Amino acid sequence: MNDKVIICEELTKRFGDFIAVNHISFDVRKGEIFGFLGANGAGKTTAMRILCGLSFPTSGKATVAGFDVYKQQESIKKNIGYMSQKFSLYENLTVVENIEFFGGVYGLSSAEIRRRSDRLVNKLGLTQEARKLVRSLPLGWKQKLAFSVAIFHDPQIVFLDEPTGGVDPITRRQFWDMIYEAAATGITVFVTTHYMDEAEYCNRITVMVDGKVEALDTPGNLKARYQAASMDEVFYQLARGAKRSAD
Amino acid sequence: MKQLLVFIRKEFYHVFRDKRTLLIMFGLPVVQIVLFGFALTSEVKNITLTVIDQARDVNSAQIINKIKSSSYFIVDESALNYDEVTIAFKKGSAKCALIFPNGFGNDLQHTGEAPVQIITDGSDPNMAKTVVNYLTAILTAYQQETSAGGQLPYRIIPEQRMLYNEEGNGSLNFIPGVMALVLMLVCTALTSVAVVREKELGTMEILLVSPFKPLLVLLAKAVPYLALSLANFTLILVMAVFVLDVEIKGSILLLFLVSTLFIIACLSIGLMISNVTNSQQTALLLSMMGMMIPTLIFTGFMFPLENMPWIFRMIANAVPSRWYFLIIKAVMLKGLGFSYIWKEMAVLLGMTLVALSIALKNFKIRLS
Repeated sequence: MNDKVIICEELTKRFGDFIAVNHISFDVRKGEIFGFLGANGAGKTTAMRILCGLSFPTSGKATVAGFDVYKQQESIKKNIGYMSQKFSLYENLTVVENIEFFGGVYGLSSAEIRRRSDRLVNKLGLTQEARKLVRSLPLGWKQKLAFSVAIFHDPQIVFLDEPTGGVDPITRRQFWDMIYEAAATGITVFVTTHYMDEAEYCNRITVMVDGKVEALDTPGNLKARYQAASMDEVFYQLARGAKRSAD
Repeated sequence: MKQLLVFIRKEFYHVFRDKRTLLIMFGLPVVQIVLFGFALTSEVKNITLTVIDQARDVNSAQIINKIKSSSYFIVDESALNYDEVTIAFKKGSAKCALIFPNGFGNDLQHTGEAPVQIITDGSDPNMAKTVVNYLTAILTAYQQETSAGGQLPYRIIPEQRMLYNEEGNGSLNFIPGVMALVLMLVCTALTSVAVVREKELGTMEILLVSPFKPLLVLLAKAVPYLALSLANFTLILVMAVFVLDVEIKGSILLLFLVSTLFIIACLSIGLMISNVTNSQQTALLLSMMGMMIPTLIFTGFMFPLENMPWIFRMIANAVPSRWYFLIIKAVMLKGLGFSYIWKEMAVLLGMTLVALSIALKNFKIRLS
C-alpha cells in the first residue's frame, strides 16, 4: 500500500446532469510516470483538479500522497507540484525572483532557497540569464524552468497539465529527459498530454473517454491488446466511440 | 507570515516594473490638478461684452465706464444694431450683450425707471448666469450711487460673500473631487487588473494549487496598491497646498485616516470586479466605466446633487466617493473634526464591509 501515492476509487464529479468524471478507479505508484490521455472534454482536467485539491468530488474516494481529497486538501497542496498548459511563471520577474517567490510560497527558508536556486540555475545553464526577466527567455527554456520550479520544493507528486504545448520536438525531448530525471529521484509524475509519442514515454497510461477510464496499462501492453503499431492507433480506436467532444 | 511578505514583495516588483501603469497612477492626479486648477476654472473673467448704446447720454456712458473699470468684462462697442448682435451670437463670437434703448437717461431722470436689455448665450448656462449676476450688481450699484445724490446718508450695497471660499478660489471644490476620482480609478482599476492578470496568465491556478491561502492572495494584491494610493493622496495634497494655495484647515491625520478607509473601499470594489471577469480588458472597462462615470456625475463636485431628481439623489447615495467627497470637504476646507463626519464615515465603512465580504465570498466559491 505504501508505494501507492495516488489512489482513486469510483471517483465521480457531476456538474448538474453532466457527469464530468464517471466512477474512475486507478492507482499510481511512487516514482511512476503516469500518463493521462483523453480527447478534449473527456474529463482529464476535472479529474486532475480534484487530485490537486482544487475541486471536491461528488462521490467516490481518493487519496493523494496519503491525504484525503475531501478533508485534507491543504496537506495535499503542500506535497504536490503543478505546472499547467498555460505558461506558469511571472514574465516580468527575473529567473531568480520567480524561483525565490515560488520557494517562499511553499515555505522554504531563505537560505534553503538560495542554495537550491544556485544549484538549479547552474544545472539549467541559466547563469548568464539568472538576473534577466523571464520574458526574454525562449519558450523552451521557460517550460524547462517552469518544470524545475514546480518540483523546486521536492513534492511527492508533480502534476503536469499538457506541459509541452507549443514546444518544438527537440525541446520536448529534453523536457522528457527532465521528467525522467525527476522520476528517478522518486518524484511521481502525473502528466496529461495530447502527443501520442509522449504517451510512449510513460510507464503506464490511462485513456479517458467520456468521463470513464477506458484503458489502463503500459504502452506496450496496450499496443499488443489493440493490435496497434503505435499509441496513436490505440488512442484512435478508443476515442472513436466518444460521444462528447470538445470542452 | 513570511509567505505573505514574499508575495507582497512580488507584487511590488510587478508594480514597479510596469512603468506605464505607474505613469498613469501618478500622472493622472498631476494632469487633473493642472487641468482643473488652471484650465477648467468656473470663474468668469475678461469676458467680451457687446454693448449697443442707442441712448448715448450721460447715464449710459457712466454705466459703460463702470463696466469697463471692472475686471470682469472687456467692452466691445463695435456693433451698431441688434441684428449684428444676433449674427455674432449665432457665430459664437459674442456671448453676452447689453443694450441701452433710446431715451434711457431721459426715462431714468424723469420717471426714475428705465429698462436695459441683457442678452446671454444660454447654451453655456453657468457663464450666462454669472454674467447676469455681475451686470445686475453693477447696475444696482450705479442706481444707488445716483439716487443717493449726497442727500441720503444710507447706501445699500449688496454684498456677496462665499462661505469657506471668500477669495473665490475655484480650486477648493475640485481638490476633494480629484482626490475621490483619482483614488477611485487607481484603486479599483489597478487591483482588479492585477488579480485578473494572474487568471489570464494562468499563474492563478499555480497559486491556488500551492499551500498559499487564497485570501492571502487577495490581501497581498491589495497591500501594494494601498501603499501607492496613500503616496498618491499625499502627492495631491502637496500639490493642492503648494501649487493651488489651498489651505488645509482640518487635521491631516484625520484626512489620512479617512482616505485609507476610502482606499480600502475602492480596493474591495476592485477585488469584487476581478471576481466577475476573467479578462484584463473587461476588468479595466468595468472599473473605468462602472466607477468613473458615477464618480464624475454623482460625487457632487461637477454637478450639484441638490438639483437632481430624487431618484438620482438616491443613486448618488450608493456611490462611495460621494461620502468621501463630503468628508474631505468638511475636514480639509472647513476644518471640522471627527464628531461632524462620523456619520459619513460610518456609511463608508459599511460600504467597505459589504464590498469586501462579497469579494471574499465569491473568491472562495471559485475554488470548489
